[in-house]
Amino acid sequence: MRSASTSPIIQVAIRGLMPVIQLVGLYVFFHGHYSPGGGFQGGVLLAVSVLLGRLALGMEMSQLVFRTGIAVGLSAVGVLVYAGTGLTALLAGGEFLNYGYLPFPGFDPPGLRNLGILMIEGGVTLGVMMSLIAIYDEIVESHG
Amino acid sequence: MIAFVQGHYVYLLLVVLFLTGLYGMMVKRNLMKKIIGMSILQSSVILFYIASGFKDGATVPVLDPSLGVDYPDYYLNPLPHCLMLTAIVVAVVTLGVSFALIIDMYRTYGTIEEPLLLERMKDEE
Amino acid sequence: MRKPLCLLLLFALGALMAFAVSGLPPRGDAKAPSHRLVNPAGAPVAGTYYIRHAYADARTPNMVTVILADYRGFDTLGETLVVFTGSVAVWFILRRRKP
Repeated sequence: MRSASTSPIIQVAIRGLMPVIQLVGLYVFFHGHYSPGGGFQGGVLLAVSVLLGRLALGMEMSQLVFRTGIAVGLSAVGVLVYAGTGLTALLAGGEFLNYGYLPFPGFDPPGLRNLGILMIEGGVTLGVMMSLIAIYDEIVESHG
Repeated sequence: MIAFVQGHYVYLLLVVLFLTGLYGMMVKRNLMKKIIGMSILQSSVILFYIASGFKDGATVPVLDPSLGVDYPDYYLNPLPHCLMLTAIVVAVVTLGVSFALIIDMYRTYGTIEEPLLLERMKDEE
Repeated sequence: MRKPLCLLLLFALGALMAFAVSGLPPRGDAKAPSHRLVNPAGAPVAGTYYIRHAYADARTPNMVTVILADYRGFDTLGETLVVFTGSVAVWFILRRRKP
């Protein structure tokens, strides 16, 4: 599983497919306000694009796409983005995770909530994507 | 009787799916097959929630400006969808952790068949 | 030896669950207690409340996103923490132990 696939069809197809899946993942994430989608689904799609590279191109080649070892840290960053948004609202005078109190000028409370939802969805996307990549990498790495 | 089956056949089929998963967890001796049974059981619970959020003739819970929000019967109940969205992700992560535990057991004892595993754990003591 | 007992238990559980299903409202019934405006006990129902207030509260058309990230934001924070904890737990289980 760690070595690259020998079939040129799979190599070429996965190389063409990965950016498309990443684009769809970003679309699902950013369009989560207006259609079915959101942080979890977008994060899973982004993770799948990296894992396809891991499967088809082999562990060494796919290091160019995403390096092993930084995934757990970035997943923690995702959780911190989420909790930081909640703490910002707390420090600005509201309750924890009450986005209506976020200190951004020029928005009314519903607009602030819209923005807060986008921010925490970003945190969720980063957290889920990096966690899934980390679980796969840890399982494969430990096997060698 | 016919009306009961027409209204509840989804729930009855989900009971069968639930029992299939539980059968896999109770009877099979291979830990991997137990995990597959657990996955089937989780799917049945998720589908039960989604089915209970359904309303006849309703649309997806995304605001349609031409319908408005004065009549909630136009939209499916969004609460079960939201709850199951989180449940699916937790199911994936529990699957990952249980695979890791199985890999560790195989590395330590050389088997994932339950009777053999218990025997070897007893021998080691 | 153990298998017939398990099957018997499963059939008993299945009969119990089929009996419980007979008490549920039919699928798709818009008059079910969980879809009404006010439930039989007189309290407002969460699902219809979210449908009516989601857009006014957060100006986001997708009600599921509003519930997930705003009304139940604390729940989703715990959820994200569970995912992160899962990845850390896999690392701790599978790291190389010194022989």
